[in-house]
Amino acid sequence: MTRLLAPTLLVVLAALPLVLKDPYLVNALIITGIFTICAMSLNLLLGFTGQLSLGHVAFFGIGAYVSALTALGFDVGLPFGLRVTYEGGSPLVGFGLAIVVTGLAGYLIGRLSFRVRGAYFVIVTISFAEVVRLVALNWVELTQGPLALTSIPNMTLPLPGLGEVALRTKIQNYYLVLAVATLSYLVIARLVGSRLGRAMRGLKENESLALSLGINATRTLTIAATVSAAMAGAAGSLYAHYIRIIDPDVFLFSYTVTMVIMVVAGGKGTLAGPLVGGLLFGLLPVALRPVMAPEAQWIVYGAILIAILFVMPKGIVPALEALTRRRVARAEPNPALEAGAQP
Amino acid sequence: MTAILSVEHVGMRFGGLTAISDLHFHVREGEILSLIGPNGAGKTTAFNIMTGFLKPTQGRVVFRGRDLAQTRPNEIARLGLARTFQRTSVFADDTVRDNVLIGLHRFACPDFMDRLLPTPRARAAEKAARARADEIIDLVGLAQRAEEKAGALSYGEQRLIGFALALATAPRMLLLDEPVSGMNASETQGFVRLVRKVRDEGVSILLVEHDMPMVMEVSDRIVCLNYGRLIAEGSPAEIRSDPAVIEAYLGKSAARLEHKEMADA
Amino acid sequence: MDQFLQHLVNASVLGGTYALLGIGLTLIFGIMNVVNFTHGAIYTFGAYAMYLAAVALGLNFFVALPVALVAGLAMGALIEFALLRPLRRSDIDTTMLVMIGAGIILQSGTLWIFGGVAKAVPTPFPDAPLVIGPVSVSYVRLFVFCAALALIALTYFTINGTRLGRAMRATFQDHDTAALMGVNVSLIYTATFAIGSALAAAAGALLGPVYVVFPQMGDLAAVKAFAIVILGGLGSISGATIGGFILAFAEEIGAGYISSGYRDAMGFLIIIAVLLVKPTGLFARAERIG
Repeated sequence: MTRLLAPTLLVVLAALPLVLKDPYLVNALIITGIFTICAMSLNLLLGFTGQLSLGHVAFFGIGAYVSALTALGFDVGLPFGLRVTYEGGSPLVGFGLAIVVTGLAGYLIGRLSFRVRGAYFVIVTISFAEVVRLVALNWVELTQGPLALTSIPNMTLPLPGLGEVALRTKIQNYYLVLAVATLSYLVIARLVGSRLGRAMRGLKENESLALSLGINATRTLTIAATVSAAMAGAAGSLYAHYIRIIDPDVFLFSYTVTMVIMVVAGGKGTLAGPLVGGLLFGLLPVALRPVMAPEAQWIVYGAILIAILFVMPKGIVPALEALTRRRVARAEPNPALEAGAQP
Repeated sequence: MTAILSVEHVGMRFGGLTAISDLHFHVREGEILSLIGPNGAGKTTAFNIMTGFLKPTQGRVVFRGRDLAQTRPNEIARLGLARTFQRTSVFADDTVRDNVLIGLHRFACPDFMDRLLPTPRARAAEKAARARADEIIDLVGLAQRAEEKAGALSYGEQRLIGFALALATAPRMLLLDEPVSGMNASETQGFVRLVRKVRDEGVSILLVEHDMPMVMEVSDRIVCLNYGRLIAEGSPAEIRSDPAVIEAYLGKSAARLEHKEMADA
Repeated sequence: MDQFLQHLVNASVLGGTYALLGIGLTLIFGIMNVVNFTHGAIYTFGAYAMYLAAVALGLNFFVALPVALVAGLAMGALIEFALLRPLRRSDIDTTMLVMIGAGIILQSGTLWIFGGVAKAVPTPFPDAPLVIGPVSVSYVRLFVFCAALALIALTYFTINGTRLGRAMRATFQDHDTAALMGVNVSLIYTATFAIGSALAAAAGALLGPVYVVFPQMGDLAAVKAFAIVILGGLGSISGATIGGFILAFAEEIGAGYISSGYRDAMGFLIIIAVLLVKPTGLFARAERIG
């Protein structure tokens, strides 16, 4: 059942703008899509390798800043009297650079994750995100600090015969996000289904045993962290060119919490989990907006997170799978069990 | 006969505690050597040293002419030295087939682009890995359970999966840590046949086991440890009648009394 | 030199409250193996309890302080009882996420009830600072320092000089053995979380009047507490005390000689630096292989 979920979802989401015209809802879907990409990428680390990284927002934010600055250009003084001036260029190049830079940052965190484990890894990743946030806040010459980077151009796509076309409308951005999300899903599905995915599962379930079978933990975790970070960086770039204004708040811990809630609620370590969690928690504010204040929404978020951990600690998708399995088992009585029941 | 693995004057101290002192023996190419000794004699510690999970505080381990001092566990596996674990021997949440596929890790396609895209090379490697997995599962006799979660199988069957996992790495030598604990008599007999078969294919075996009849039956040679040091070495017949071994297992007073029983085993 | 002396005094004053925060967190981490993500929210909660008691109820400043401390104690006991007790057998990741959820609820609740505008808590101390030679320090900061030291001393006494403290230490060593020896481990867990929370609330109640009270004040406090715990070593109360002063000193030096914008980065940099040097934390526990 969950195997068909992603393709079905893709068809429904691709067709949705045909019927859905409300710009507010399209906007909500775009933001949801961007955060779902983040959730999918976080799931690669959190779900498949078991490394709880609570600094994931750092990659999202770095991606946003790198992409925005590539498009806008900058002029900064460096130590020793050096000066770097850059005119600004194509947002598409920014998108590429965002992926490369965050991938590198992820690579470093991945190397670290092999050395630092458990609660310490969690705290290091949070610290990393906070340091990056403080740099964004204080390096005013580059980032404008709290004044924010404004007038970021929309993402452009090179189209044959038309040159670089800017994606200005909501619908265009919607399809862009959908395309990147689909690509991200395919990359993760491919990685997880391959030898690398088996190595990650092995390390998560029984590290000593995995090592004894020749699995290289550093290498495996580093690849997972690099891909995961690069994907979050891509999402950050999409965000920057869609919202067109970013400030150091893109590094807020609450964004990481949102991603974690999406993954944990949907089902960590499953392909469909972040999709379900992402849509649910991305669109929940839309449903709650008419009835309650944003602060109250966060209370509901917190309560739902706790409730899910208590009621179905593995998340929605695994719970549904267990439910359907039980149904099937009830529909077809197990002969072995019945035979065993007789004296 | 040449040695495939040499444990050379190895010592291991944890803080003030000596777990192993001056352990020295060789495993010969193509033999089944058993390492025995009472609980706490340092057998598992010795295994952890040989497979790189612990670094000895003195001495060295040489595998096929290579000093393992700077070698990490995953690299040791790649050199052809595989092990099983005493307690947690499987990936409990995966099926038996997936377990063995994880064990075949180093034979699947290593290229990054092949991971990302279903290239012909990647597909061929994956297909070969699956075929090899089925062969190994067949060999250990778990073909019927291939699709079941490893954690759901009986303890004895989990030991077999652990063995299959180690086999999947195509080892030149296997270290087995209490492989038949949790197996019933007929399972143990089956396992003895399996170990012999693997040995006949050219894999040297070092066995740690408490099941003495099994050890006596399967071993070519035996070394006995007590309090972290080697107390005897020889053929099963020699070990069976070695007073130091009997004393180690049974204590001084009982040694004479139980001598006969042990010899009968 | 004079400037350095002034920084030293500022750091000492701040260090006392940091130590309180760190001790609270290290107790909970050490004894319960819970990474307490509500710690920052409880710190905020303590500050608001102080605000409510002193401003809304109009209590005397010195009466309001213990009220805030007791409120933190009660909130900690409540969280432990409702959320952690049912999850005793869960892994550390699950409890960590539940604590994040609880932290969100507490913080958003505060924001919802009190709004985002910062509140001031009036103090009975004179505005003019105490000047001794080249160094000046306000009376309220001096009081905060003394109160923090008193609370640290009280905590030491509780841990080392009472039956409860002995049971807590036994549980820290090995909770299974402690249970076998007749220690009511559930009760110890509740007491530990309550005491840890009371210390965080006290830190908030003490620093609230020095600065201002606002809903996000706990965010940074929480990470600072983590930095202190990592500096001082898991479960070590004296380590947390020293760690609190070291962090305060690093911040003062960072703010005074590098850039005030990076004052808050010092904690994070310390965390990253310490863990890079000693990756398993200062007090790693060995695990058996096989």
